[in-house]
Amino acid sequence: MQIEFFKNKLMDTVVWLIVILMTLCCLLPLLNTLAISFSNNSAVNANQVGILPVGFTLSSYKKLLEDNQFWRSAWISVLRVVLGTGLNMLMMILLAYPLSKSKNRFASRDIYMKLVIFAMLFNGGLIPGYIIVSKLHLLNTIWALVLPGAVPVFNVILLMNFMKGLPEALEEAAVIDGASEWTILTRVVLPISKPGLATVALFCIVNHWNDYFQGLIYMRTPSKYPLQTYIQQLTIDVSQITDPQQLIYFMTISTRTLNAAKIVVATVPLLVIYPFLQRYFVTGIVIGAVKE
Amino acid sequence: MKKRLKREIPFHLMLLLPMLFLAVFSFAPLFGILMAFQDYMPAKGILQSRWVGLENFDFIFSLPSSRQIFANTIIISLGKLAAGIIVPVFFALLLNEIRVIAFKRTVQTIVYLPHFLSWVVLANVVSSILGFDGPINSLIQSTGHDPILFLGSNVWFRPVIILSDCWKEFGYGSIIYLSALTSIDPGLYESASLDGASRLQKIFYITLPMLVPTIVLMMALNLGNILNAGFDQIFNLYNPLVYETGDIIDTYVYRIGLIDMQYSLATAAGLIKSVIGFVLIMSSNLVSRKLVSRSIF
Repeated sequence: MQIEFFKNKLMDTVVWLIVILMTLCCLLPLLNTLAISFSNNSAVNANQVGILPVGFTLSSYKKLLEDNQFWRSAWISVLRVVLGTGLNMLMMILLAYPLSKSKNRFASRDIYMKLVIFAMLFNGGLIPGYIIVSKLHLLNTIWALVLPGAVPVFNVILLMNFMKGLPEALEEAAVIDGASEWTILTRVVLPISKPGLATVALFCIVNHWNDYFQGLIYMRTPSKYPLQTYIQQLTIDVSQITDPQQLIYFMTISTRTLNAAKIVVATVPLLVIYPFLQRYFVTGIVIGAVKE
Repeated sequence: MKKRLKREIPFHLMLLLPMLFLAVFSFAPLFGILMAFQDYMPAKGILQSRWVGLENFDFIFSLPSSRQIFANTIIISLGKLAAGIIVPVFFALLLNEIRVIAFKRTVQTIVYLPHFLSWVVLANVVSSILGFDGPINSLIQSTGHDPILFLGSNVWFRPVIILSDCWKEFGYGSIIYLSALTSIDPGLYESASLDGASRLQKIFYITLPMLVPTIVLMMALNLGNILNAGFDQIFNLYNPLVYETGDIIDTYVYRIGLIDMQYSLATAAGLIKSVIGFVLIMSSNLVSRKLVSRSIF
């Protein structure tokens, strides 16, 4: 009995140690960047900064305040999140609700579903998509960041699965009362779908905020870049590097503290919504994995 | 019958707008695939450009770098697939053994976070950590070795990509296994305890086998995605020094298409990837439906 007790304690200790170690692996690199943003340049270049700032200074953030393009890009990103997520929500609701019906209630449901799945799995690729956006004269406008991704198919399936799981009795009662499908959707289904809607809304917000690629290919003038594209262009323009010395130089340039500050500020909005995200995304993943 | 059809009209109306968007931005570009069989000139458009049959495909298959790029894609993907299943399962098993709820919650809050940060942000974090005078290299130097240029070395680039992907995603990846663990019947553990099973035995003979269906499902899904080696990550971390080991199909298509403006060639390369990818994902879905009677669609 005594041995069993010690074995148990030993195992607990090992489990805790490994879990703590893995958690630190996630946390420390992020703290390092945070510390760099509050440190002075020479300390950073001398590689003295660990997880706490060395030579604490706000100078990077002061410099950042004067960087007009940073704030212009941040504004574009905010606008994009608002417009993009709004459109996404409308499209997801309009698509997920009819698709959540059984074949008995909606005979052509399976045809639509096949089209949606096909759209998710097969696409023309980068160039044809680019040409469509260019032909519609969307290049260099905020709509290029909003319209092509208006229907986020994966999230639609997630929301559809959520709606399928709702109790049918409520809807049936509404049908008997003579309510139209529009009334059922807006008065019955949407109010009880709040957790599902919150999940997909948060996913859409994160996607729009984090995307840099559409900004990169659809915006011709850097002044119209969303925030992530702006940061990507600043810090990772390594495409011309051909010898190792250049790369070493690139990684030690004195703008590291300023870049770190930019990254920190660009991450703050995500940290703000993270508590809400965390409340919902676990449910989101679990309902998303329910088979269709 | 007529009444039923009338009842369905609102459904069609609801679907109208989303389907219009899919038609324009998902289905219309499919006609662009024709470019793969042309010598496409933007000024002439698809209707006027010259048809060349399979010339673009012949050219792609004849390039020695094509084989390398295909190999890079598969190797990086398989590495991520292995790490992306082993580490999350291991982590979920560990977390399942922890009974202090507050500690568990804190750990989960931290390890899920990197999933939500973009590769633009994390590529900066990674290159700062792995930089020539970053923390990892100071550690290496303190043991008397020469510093390593991780992101400029063809030996190190793939391991860095695979490990940093695992670092970003293992917490989030463990969610699906943790939720599978909650559905295990506690009675199983109780009867095992009565039979005198140790904790380790319970993990190996109850918990792990119960996770197998989920593991098979995740493996099948990821195999279907094997040609997606992670554009965002590699695009933000690579440079010409590591094209040899790090260039994947998607980064290659981006460079020849949007940088070199060889639209037809890029579309042909993209089409090869789309077709193989489509076949793979359909079959992997079928396999997981047969094996564990679960599928995503």
